[in-house]
Amino acid sequence: MSINRKYVPIVVTTSLFLLMFIAGSFRYNGFFSPQVLLNLLIDNAFLLIVAVGMSFVIISGGIDLSVGAVIALTTMISASLVQQLNWSPIIVIPLVLLIGALLGCGMGAIIHYFKIQPFIVTLAGMFLARGLCYVISIQTITIDNPFYTAMAQTKIRLPGGSFISISVIIALVVVAAAIYIAHYTSFGRNVYAIGGSEQSALLMGLPVAKTKILVYTLSGLCSALAGVVFTFYMLSGYGLHAVGMELDTIAAVVIGGTLLTGGVGYIVGTFFGVMIQGIIQTIISFEGTLSSWWTKIVIGLLLCLFILLQKVLSARQAIFKS
Amino acid sequence: MRQLYKHHLFWPVAILFSLLLFNFIYSPDFFSIVVRDGKLYGSLIDILNFGAPLMLVSIGMTLVIATKGIDLSVGSIVAIAGALSCLIISRGNDQNTLSLVLSAMGMALLLSLFLGLWNGLLVAKAGIQPIIATLILMVAGRGIAQLITSGQIITVNSPKYAFIGTGALAALPVSVFVVALMLAIALLLTRKSALGLFIEAVGCNPEASRLSGIRSVMVLMLVYVFCGLCAGIAGLLVSSNVSSADGNNAGLWYELDAILAVVIGGTSLNGGRFYLIGTIIGALIIQTLTTTIYMIGIPPEITLVVKACVVLIVCLIQSETFRKTLVHRWNTRHYTAEREATSHVNQ
Repeated sequence: MSINRKYVPIVVTTSLFLLMFIAGSFRYNGFFSPQVLLNLLIDNAFLLIVAVGMSFVIISGGIDLSVGAVIALTTMISASLVQQLNWSPIIVIPLVLLIGALLGCGMGAIIHYFKIQPFIVTLAGMFLARGLCYVISIQTITIDNPFYTAMAQTKIRLPGGSFISISVIIALVVVAAAIYIAHYTSFGRNVYAIGGSEQSALLMGLPVAKTKILVYTLSGLCSALAGVVFTFYMLSGYGLHAVGMELDTIAAVVIGGTLLTGGVGYIVGTFFGVMIQGIIQTIISFEGTLSSWWTKIVIGLLLCLFILLQKVLSARQAIFKS
Repeated sequence: MRQLYKHHLFWPVAILFSLLLFNFIYSPDFFSIVVRDGKLYGSLIDILNFGAPLMLVSIGMTLVIATKGIDLSVGSIVAIAGALSCLIISRGNDQNTLSLVLSAMGMALLLSLFLGLWNGLLVAKAGIQPIIATLILMVAGRGIAQLITSGQIITVNSPKYAFIGTGALAALPVSVFVVALMLAIALLLTRKSALGLFIEAVGCNPEASRLSGIRSVMVLMLVYVFCGLCAGIAGLLVSSNVSSADGNNAGLWYELDAILAVVIGGTSLNGGRFYLIGTIIGALIIQTLTTTIYMIGIPPEITLVVKACVVLIVCLIQSETFRKTLVHRWNTRHYTAEREATSHVNQ
């Protein structure tokens, strides 16, 4: 059986996910149920949304370290506006999405027009967003607005007795939209082209400036949307929410088979990357004796492993070509 | 005069002096230093003492950035080193025995050397981009630190351990001497031996320097190991200063402060040249800025926002494109094809 070379990372990721699920099912009672699978989606809906935005950034050859901080800022702004100023969620949610998109757009413009490395600009963006959280409040702001609690508690029943939350539907819609944008629009093709070689894309007459800025805007928008979903999930705003989410997101994208050098990657891969992280958390919670800090360590190691795998694969590909 | 203006330390020193001048005008007793129990006390001494960990981390970061790399894991290494040494001391029967304190510090430094080596291996041997390679340890490291402290804040009661963070030697804080020692080592190694040249060469072009006979891999590893060691010592100072270790908050956001100090000091993020003295002045500027913000009563939470803005502004000033925009000299050094393409894009 021969698989097209470009699908190898996705096949590895998907098989790893299935393998972990099967192993978990044999090891723990009650692991093998549709609800456990759906819980992966429920608990990681926000991660899925951020990872989709990050996929575009990484495919374009950049990186966005500000995502976790933008999520925290979104929860903080939503919480303070809804809770302390009694604004309606109908105004607040579009407003925070706009703020996220504007932040991303600003960072993208600085990265493109002044040719500063993406990581330093987004690192500054990360500290700016976290700093703004603290400016709003150092404390946690709990939300008891009926709209938010309704969004958090509504369960959509599925046939067979299992259920999902509204966040899951938002996340799945984002994934579907991202697949369409990445593979069936000229914007998506431009992103891949820039990731492959920015110089060539420029010489081909592709709108490099517009695409690069849009990519970071999209990532900012996704982070803000993830922040909204995270607010539904946590029902609070706090400056230290989603600390370290950058690594989780980058890990999900890389485990999903997207090359850090840009130009190669699939949104579907990212989806399974997120699911693998979810299943690690589930296994650790089923194990019971391991503390939750292991999650971070395991994800770090897995990320490391996949990067090395990428190195090996691309090295072999280079030999293959020559 | 022109020579003075052109000197690479001119701007950092000018910023530091203007900050100090502002403090002097705002509150003249900023400069008062009193002697109590054979120790010096005063705002300036505080800046030196509290800025010491940052200066240490920045020294290591300077060398890493000189190789066109970056080390995001320094904050986590600070937390891990502090956590391990506090854990070992708190497990001892008599927390104040010299051998226990020394062995705890030794173990912590050994671990931070190892963590630096891990970063170095990933960057130099595996060829992973430094930002990603060190990001792994930045987040996994917080997990490790919390694992060591079991999620608690470990407090120790050991005057001998507290000495390195709070003690005084010849009326000056001990931490100042630690910084001076590490700075001297770094300066001697890089300016009195060929190592500095090698580091700059690797920062300019690793492949070319390898072909010209420099062992790039070795140089890169050495730089990350040294950075890990500096962060480890900083971790000891931080935890010793408060006699406790906090896996969550110790060394939080040291990455930005260190990068900021390095960048203010005149070292370019594109690698290839570095100024250790500039970095030290950069670290002092940041610490003075923090002290100033506290003193004039701006809420300390704003510090993070101010720092983020400063780092962005400094990076913009360093960006050649941005400077050209300022002096209205667009497209002077672009290639013709690129100019055509960009002008097409801009329409």
